[in-house]
Order: sequence, then structure tokens, then C-alpha cells
Amino acid sequence: MPPIPGSGLAKGLAVTLRTMTKRTVTAQYPDTQPELPPRSRGVIALFEENCTVCMLCARECPDWCIYIDSHKETAPPAAPGGRERSRNVLDRFAIDFSLCMYCGICIEVCPFDALFWSPEFEYAETDILDLTHERDKLRDWMWTVPAPPALDPAAEEPKEIAAARKAAEKAEKAAAAAAAEEQNAAEQAAPGQGAPERGAPERGDGQSDEQGKGDA
Amino acid sequence: MNDTLDVVLRLVAVLVVFLTFPLLVGQAEHKVMAHMQGRLGPMYAGGFHGWAQLVADGVKFAQKEDIVPADADRRVFQLAPAVALLPYLLVLIVIPVGPNGFVGQTVDAGLILVLAVMGVGVLGSLMAGWASANKFSLLGGLRTAAQLMAYELPMLLTAASVAMAAGTLSLPGILDGYHWWWTPWQLVGGLVFFTAGLAELQRPPFDMPVADSEIIFGAYTEYTGLRFALFLLAEYAGIVVLCALTTVLFLGGWHGPWSGSAGWVWTLVKTALLAFVVIWLRVSYPRLREDQLQKLAWTVLIPLSLAQIALTGVVKVVIS
Repeated sequence: MPPIPGSGLAKGLAVTLRTMTKRTVTAQYPDTQPELPPRSRGVIALFEENCTVCMLCARECPDWCIYIDSHKETAPPAAPGGRERSRNVLDRFAIDFSLCMYCGICIEVCPFDALFWSPEFEYAETDILDLTHERDKLRDWMWTVPAPPALDPAAEEPKEIAAARKAAEKAEKAAAAAAAEEQNAAEQAAPGQGAPERGAPERGDGQSDEQGKGDA
Repeated sequence: MNDTLDVVLRLVAVLVVFLTFPLLVGQAEHKVMAHMQGRLGPMYAGGFHGWAQLVADGVKFAQKEDIVPADADRRVFQLAPAVALLPYLLVLIVIPVGPNGFVGQTVDAGLILVLAVMGVGVLGSLMAGWASANKFSLLGGLRTAAQLMAYELPMLLTAASVAMAAGTLSLPGILDGYHWWWTPWQLVGGLVFFTAGLAELQRPPFDMPVADSEIIFGAYTEYTGLRFALFLLAEYAGIVVLCALTTVLFLGGWHGPWSGSAGWVWTLVKTALLAFVVIWLRVSYPRLREDQLQKLAWTVLIPLSLAQIALTGVVKVVIS
């Protein structure tokens, strides 16, 4: 059946009328803050204590908007006759957000977790010079960085945790092996008593002991 | 003395209606259009849902510089907004709101007066287009002229059909003769009248002459500040007048339950509903192209209005 002439016009009217009766999707931004995802790219925060002035961020920045000044300080040798210890001290860390293109490469390359994304985005200025945030301001942004989101349930274990867990397991096994050996020594000192107890279950235990010893 | 006071009071009432109703329609358009597009519309001016948005707009317009282009025909250019706006004020005077003389002024040939005066309104755009010394304005003005030519005819024909049915040209007279079955009888005429009226007002989807994206606001390109605001006001006053007129001619004006005591409410309700439809049409339909616009008038509306006149004549002869 061909469509009734003019039914398209009626359909158009119906669409607008239906939209009018629905709730609007407008977010009243300045009154209600937007709910930003935790990884939003608002502003870059600096956790100064972690910075070693390795300059990787400044070198990788495509816009050259990161300014770092530092000097070296030397500490006396730990033992007499040893070499003097030197370390970098940060004098200035500034990011010019009028140049920054929010690529996040600096955060990506920072080997010591000194740079973070903060979702704060309301830092417009009337003077473009004020968009250069010095270290104290970058530090203030640090307190707005949200906790990292929980890992996906199926995700791989974080490297640090995996390493720590392995070390803990190893220590546990070593302790178990030591205990088993002690028990073995005690049994050999009193033969005949422990013989009936040596069965299949104990075998597995003995094997794991071997392994533990090998690892240790 | 008492008569003079009566006339003055009626005229003041009409003036108040003229100054407030277009603003109401404008504010309704802001909100209705926004919600039909899934937005909120103005929310700040005046507090509750931005009710004072148009007042704020008026203040803004008043602050702007009034510019007349160097090559413009100065006098005509400056007069054009007034010519566009004032006819609607005149028309409002003769539109009956309720029974028993609830009208600004009864005029025997009210229908003719209304149609003639409304035709003058479009002259304002024409003057603006010509006097601006701007080829886009001139194009817009010429398109306005063409549109006026095309749509005035079906409007007059359908109005004539109602006058035939009532046997009078007086607007209160037409309402006195109204029966409920006139609405289905004159339905086609009513639709044609309303559509043609929209086109006369250059409301979307018939706003090709002002088409801001094609010929940058047509005849109004060179206008600034208050004069531009007057053109906008004329558009909204035109909506009020057109809806009131359609109500009176085709929807039975103050007729309805309890029309003896609350007749004027019926007129207002019907007018408001029609104004809503005007806004609704604007949101729903895209702008007609210039040739489609002309084609609609000459090949659809005029034959329909002629058919309506024939039908009215036949029914009139049959029932008499």
C-alpha cells in the first residue's frame, strides 16, 4: 500500500511533539558539575617528591611546553674514603598550558610516577601568561587527582604486586622446607616409629620440599 | 465624555495586548522550540526558567547603535520597521474577543479592513529591502514581494468563503452567525488561510525571503538595534493577529461551553493553541525552496481555496 500523501508531514510533527514531552538531556554545567571519567584529561599534576629531574618529560613533549631547571647537590660519602653522592634538586617545574596539546606523552614516559592527569578543567585565565603553571600550582593539582580506577577483573596482575607475591610465596616455601627438614632429622634419630606414617600423601609433601630447596 | 473614556480604555487595552502578547508568544517559542529539540532554552534571565529573556533581549537591542547605511534611502529605511509593525496594532483593534461588544472597535467591513491592513505589513519588508542599498536585501525584498503576491490571493479567497457563509463582512457578525458545523464545512479554507498567513508572516517553513543562511536575513540585513527588534516584534505580533483571525473566522472565536460568561477565554485559548501550532510547524519542517514555495501557493492553495468557495456557495444555496 502506498503511503498516504501528507503522512510524512504528520510524522514530522509527531516526532517533535514526542521529543517535547521527554526529559531534556541538557546538563546545566556551571550549576551542576559534569561527571567526568577518572581518566579525563583536564590538567597535568606534579608529584614533586617523585621527580628525579631525568628530563624525559621535557624531552618527549612535542610542544616543548615543559620547563625544568635544576642543580646538583653533593652529599658527603657514606663511608670514609668513599665517593661523594650527588643528586638532582628541582628548582623549577612549569607547564605552559597555552602550548600544551594534552597528548599526555609526558605522563606516559615519566618513569617515576611524578606526573598525573587531573580531571580539573576550569583554569581559564584572562592573561595568557597566567596559563604557565609553576610547580606550586602543579602540586595543588595533585590533590585533585582521583584514585586510579580498579583493574578489570580479568586483567593481568600489576607487575609490582606479582613480584611481591612471588617473593612472599618463595619465602613461605623456604620456611616450610626448613621445618620439614627438621622433622626428617628428628624421625631418623628415632627409627621404626615414623615408618608406617610414610605413605602416598607424604610423598607429595616430600616432592614439594625438594622443589622448595631447589628454589631456595 | 463617557464615550470618549470608553474608546480610550478600549484602545489602551488593545495597546497593552499588542505589547504583551507578542512577548508571550516569543517566550513560548523559546521554550517550546527548545524542548522540541531536547534542549532547555533560556534558563537564567529573570529567575524562573528564564521568563524575562525577551525583556533582557529588548534591553540589549536598545543599547545597540542604530546604523543607517551611507547609500541607503534614509527616510524610507527608517520608516520601514514602523510600517511593518503598526498594521498589526490596527488589526488588533477590530478583532472581537468576546460576545456583546467585547472588541476594540466594531467595524462593519471589518474583514476587508483586516485583510487590507495586513497587506500593508508586508510593505515594510519591501521598503526595507529596497532602501537598504544592499543587493541581498533587495533580493530578499523581491522574494517578499513575490511571496506576498502568491499568498495574499488564497488568503483573500478563503476569507471570502467565510464571509459568504455568514453573509456579512463584519467580524462580530460572522461570529454571530457561527454554528459548530461551520468548522468542518470550512476546514479546507481554514487550513489554506492559516498556511497562507504563515507565508505572509515569513515564518518557517515559508521564510525563504529572510533565509539567514542563504541571503543573510534578506530585507533586514542592514538593520541594527531597535529597528531590527521592531521587525522581530512585527513577526510575533503578526503571529498573534493571524492566530486570532483564524480563530475568529474558522474556529468560532468565543463560541464554546459557557461562552456567555467566559467567551473571551475561549478566544484566548484557541489563539494560544494556534500560536503553539505556528511554533510547532517551525520546529518540524525545513525551509521551502523559493520555487517550491511559489508552486505550493499557485498549484495547491489557490485551487483549494477556489474549491472551498465553490463548496460554500453550493451549501449556502442548498440550505437557503
